[in-house]
This record gives sequence, structure tokens and C-alpha cells, in this order.
Amino acid sequence: MSELNATRPTLAFRTKRLIPASFIDAMIISFVALVISLALFGLFVMFSGVNPLDVYYWMGRGAFGNSYAWRNTMIHAAPLLLTALCVAVPARVGMMIIGGEGCVLLGGLFAALAAHMLPNAPPLIVQIAMVVVGMTAGGVWIGIAGALRQFRGVNETISSLLMNYIALAILNHCVEGPMHDPTSLNHPSSWPIGAANMFGNIPGTEIHVGLLFGIIACVLCSILMDHSSVGLATRVVGGNVRAARVAGISVAKYSLMACFIGGAAAALTGVVEVAAVHGHANDSLAAGYGYAGILVAFVARQNPLAIIPVAILLGGVGGSGDLLQMQVHLNSASVQVFQGILFLVILGLDTWAGRLHEIRNIWALRIISKYASGGYKKRPALGAANA
Amino acid sequence: MPDSGIGLWGVPLAIFSGAIRNSTPFIFVSLGETLTERSGRINLGQEGTLVMGAMAGFGVSHLTEVYWPSVGTALGPWFGVICAGLAAAVLGVIHAWLCSQPRVNDIAVGIGIMIFGTGLAFYLGKPLVGPTAPQLPAINLGGWSSSEPVRAALRINWLFFIGVAVAPLMAWWFKNTRWGLIVRTVGESTDAARAMGYSVNSVRLYATAAGAFLAGVGGSFLSLYYPGSWNEGLNSGQGLMAVALVIFARWNPIYCVFAALLFGGAKALGPALQSIGVSKGHYLFDATPYILTLLIMIATCSASRNLSGAPGELGKATA
Repeated sequence: MSELNATRPTLAFRTKRLIPASFIDAMIISFVALVISLALFGLFVMFSGVNPLDVYYWMGRGAFGNSYAWRNTMIHAAPLLLTALCVAVPARVGMMIIGGEGCVLLGGLFAALAAHMLPNAPPLIVQIAMVVVGMTAGGVWIGIAGALRQFRGVNETISSLLMNYIALAILNHCVEGPMHDPTSLNHPSSWPIGAANMFGNIPGTEIHVGLLFGIIACVLCSILMDHSSVGLATRVVGGNVRAARVAGISVAKYSLMACFIGGAAAALTGVVEVAAVHGHANDSLAAGYGYAGILVAFVARQNPLAIIPVAILLGGVGGSGDLLQMQVHLNSASVQVFQGILFLVILGLDTWAGRLHEIRNIWALRIISKYASGGYKKRPALGAANA
Repeated sequence: MPDSGIGLWGVPLAIFSGAIRNSTPFIFVSLGETLTERSGRINLGQEGTLVMGAMAGFGVSHLTEVYWPSVGTALGPWFGVICAGLAAAVLGVIHAWLCSQPRVNDIAVGIGIMIFGTGLAFYLGKPLVGPTAPQLPAINLGGWSSSEPVRAALRINWLFFIGVAVAPLMAWWFKNTRWGLIVRTVGESTDAARAMGYSVNSVRLYATAAGAFLAGVGGSFLSLYYPGSWNEGLNSGQGLMAVALVIFARWNPIYCVFAALLFGGAKALGPALQSIGVSKGHYLFDATPYILTLLIMIATCSASRNLSGAPGELGKATA
């Protein structure tokens, strides 16, 4: 890493603070995007003849109104934390991966396989095996998309999305064919992993450990990406491939590593779904967590730490869909409409993001930006490396 | 498929008719995407515009029949096709407008349009799950045959022929008209286009809107002919595969038709094999088009050189 250290002073990416400036920026922009999207969504529901204030009220109540709503929100947020990493980590090296859904499916499938291979092992060993095997499968899966990009120039966005469909076919084939549990008649499933091997809840709560895994993964990725030489190298690769080559950084190595980490994180969602919720792998794994994670990552502006609050917020919105349907008779796709609006708004704000330092002098933002003023430098636009 | 007395001949016949049927949406989406990409921008949101088109086409056809029964059955579907294109074009305009902002990435906006378009179509289309709508007419080319499967295979929808006709028209338009040249210029070099006094963003706006229009027409085929109803499982990545298909077709409208036929045939492989009793591993056969797309992309892409035929400005970050 000596060559990295040599280039460090000239690269403006080094962060001096524990909470990186990009996190603060991400939070400000996400908040603005959320407010704009809520306003647009309000207009939208007005055309459907529903009072937007009622919608906001029930959204807030459904997401954070009481302890049951909080629990529901957290359960919705847990998978999003991990699938969002599948977008955010490769984004650091300039790759736009949207194959998280496939990783979730394969993670779950391989977890079930691992549990089946170890019929008499103690539960802890089985659990570790499920996590390791599942995560490796997912990591390799996105690693393939990354390798195709690196070595064949195949657009990783398209290939990873195509691979979602292939992963679903593999899952369906396995649970109806070679891994079929004959007792699952109505809903074809794989062999059960066994009650003893199930993950428990977080002590003192009714929320499964997936939430804990998600938060730990986000914090670990944040440390790796913002406070380590590996993170620095990935940022250089994402910022300018040629500069990275000149600095002696292996572009392929860091790109594939980022893809592997992202895929492994998303696959952990599938492992948790199998080992803490369903008890076996089947097509209920394809619940769209991978796609919802794309939105979370973009709203969090690809910042691993910002994913945590954004996932909780959007998990809450997702969890309030049923309540909206019951209380104000908005149909269940209204949450998708809101997500779509939010996605477009956050992208529209991209144009604004790089200029945030220009408006820092607005007094309301001064307090927040005080913490951010040290490390902030203009960052390259996402995907600039594709040029 | 009932026993028709043609035995194993059913497989190539089913693949043939499936290729024609499945390729129609591919033809329209890939032609639209070719137009957009020739102007130098990738619209990955075609999946969303396709679904939006399917919903709008079905809805309009259904409503025309309900409120205007005298002409609804005959003209309703065609009215639906046009409205499908227009609804999709609106999404195209949103895409183009967002992309015209500085520092906004077109791939990311495409993903956004995919989510927004699908969500909006599902929302507006909720009441349409269940009702029927008058369908697009087909041409019977198989009147000479006494075999029902042959006649069914040769019952080909009008939209297929329209799509096949649009392809050479578009190729001619690119090559021989002033506007075609402008679009190509913008796609090859924004600097040259600016020097000539053309607004890059407005040319791309028109190209994206027109491309989305075609994708919407392709979507209306799904809801107005085959499978012929509106539900939330209607699309299966056609819009996205069309983007890959355009790369395979080297941004050439005429090659797009052949590529679309190939993809349509791949999509028909699974059901065709199932019809003669090969059902083991049918999920894997159903994945054939995706695997084929991926393999084709691996085979035709290259990390080291630009693809021949690729517009010069494609994939460049906007300043």
C-alpha cells in the first residue's frame, strides 16, 4: 500500500471525521427529496379524490405510530439495509448493479442447501455454514456481472438484471426438482432447514436478527469505504479509472471486490429470510427486496451509513401500504407510485448535489454543515467511469 | 395443445408462431430504443414505458367499448394503441427532461422510470384487472391449410407487419433525411451538433419521446393481443432485453427485426417443448431468452474497443 500512501495527500477524498461529509450531504438531500416527493405524491392522490393530509397521517401512523408499527417498520427495513448495499458498494467503483433480487434468491437457496448438507451438525455450525455458503453464492453471482463488465465490457446494469430472471429460474427449478420437499404440496419448497437451526429474534424484541445483521453490515461497509485504504482505492477506481491505473491500483481487483461484497450482503437477506422467517427456500423469497434496495441506495446517495435511516424510513412507507389501503382506500400500488416519484426526484436532485457547498451559507443548513465543512470536496458523478 | 396429428412437427411450428407473436413487442421496443440510442442516450426505462403502454392501451380500448359501443369493437383497440404510445411518450419526456439536467446519469434515470412507470401503471390499472377489452385484429394467412395448428400459427397480428414495415422506414429515415442526419450527428458528436447550431437536448427529447412511443405501442400488443389481458405479471423484462437486443443488432433498425425474431423464438422454446410433453426443467427452458441475451452480450461486447456501429456519445457522462 506504499504507493497509495504516496498519492494520498494529492487526492482530496480523505475524510477527517468519523461521520463523513458525504453522509451529511446524503441526509440533507434525501430529506429535501422526501419532502418534494411527499408533496408530489399528495398532488397525485388529490387527483384520485383522496385528501393528502389523510394520506400523510396514515403513512406516519402506519410507519411509526405505535410499537406495533415500529416493529413492522423494522421488519420491513431489515432486508432493505442489505439489498441496498448491493447497489451502494459497487456504485463506489462506478458500477450500477441492480441484481440484488437474484442474490436474495440464490442466498436463500444455498442456505437451504447448506443446512441439508449438514444434517447432524450442531445448530451453530449449521447457521454459520448457511451464512457463509449463502453469502458466497451471492458474492460470486454479482462477481460474475462485475467480471463481465471488467473483462468483456458487458453493461453490468443490464447483465445483473437479466441474471435476476435466471436466478429465479434456478430457484424454481431447484425447489420443484432436485431440492423438492415432497411434503410441500401446495407451495413447492426446498427441504426444511430444521427448527433447531432457525435464527432467533434480537433479545428483548420480536424482530429477527436480520435487522442487526443489516445494521452491522452497513457500519462495516461504511468503515471499509470511508475509513480504510481499501475504501480510498475503490473511490479512486470509481472516480477515474485511468488515475487509478497510474497510481498502481488494480481496477479489476477492487471492482470485483466491491461486487462480491455487494452480492454477499444482498444474499444475506435471502439467508435470513430462509433461516429466520420461512424455514425453507421457495419463491416467496422473490418479494422484491432486491428492487426496493435500489431505491434505498439511491436515496441514501450510495452512502452505506445513510442507508440505515433511509431504509428505516422507506421500510416504514412500505409497511404502511396496507393501512393506506384500509383507511383511505388507496390501492396497494400507491406505495410503488410514491417510490417511483421519490426515485425520480432524488435523481433530479443529483444536479444540485455537487453544488451543495454553494448553498451552505443558508443559515438553516449552517449548523449541520459545520460538521461537514472539513472533508467535503466535489465528488465525481456516479457512472462517470463508464465513459 | 390438443392432439392435432402433426406430432413432432408441432415443435417447430410452435416456435415459429411463438417467434412471430413474442417478437412483436421486442420489435417495437428495440426500434424505439435504437432511435433513442442513436441520439446518444440510453433509455433503460423502456420496461416501465412498455408496462405503461400496455395498461393505457388496454384501458382505452376497454373504455371505448364501454362508452362508445358502436365503434368500440373495431376502432377501440387502434385508439388504444395510439394512446398507449402517447402515455409512454410522456414517460419518455420525463426521462429526457431529467437527463438534460447537468450531472444526471441516464442509466440511473432509466431505473427510476422503470420503477415509476411500473408503479403508475399498476396503480392506474388496478380497476382494469378482470374486465375484457376488444382485441387487435389478426390476418389469417393460413386459410389454405386444413390443419388447425397451422392456421393458428399463421394468424398473424397487424402490429407485427407494422413493426416489420417501420424498421426499413427508420433505416431509410436515418440515412436519407435531414432529421435522421441531425439525430445521428447528436448521437455521434455533441460538439459537432452544437457547432451546427442544433440543440442537443431538444433533439434527444424528441428521440426519447418517439422511442418511448414505439415502446408503448409494443406494450399495447401485450395487453391487446397476446396474452391479451391486463394484469401485473404482463411484462417479463421485454423492455430491458430490448436494450441488450439493440446492442446485438448494432443499432441497425433492420437487424433489430431479426434479433427480435430470434429472441421471440427463444421465448417460445419452453412452451413448445412443454406442448410435446417435455416438462422436466421447464423453468430452465423458460429462462432461455435471458441466458441467450446474456451470452449474446458476452459474445458481442468488448472491453478494449468501441463497438462498431455504436453512437459515439453513448454512455458518456453529461458534463
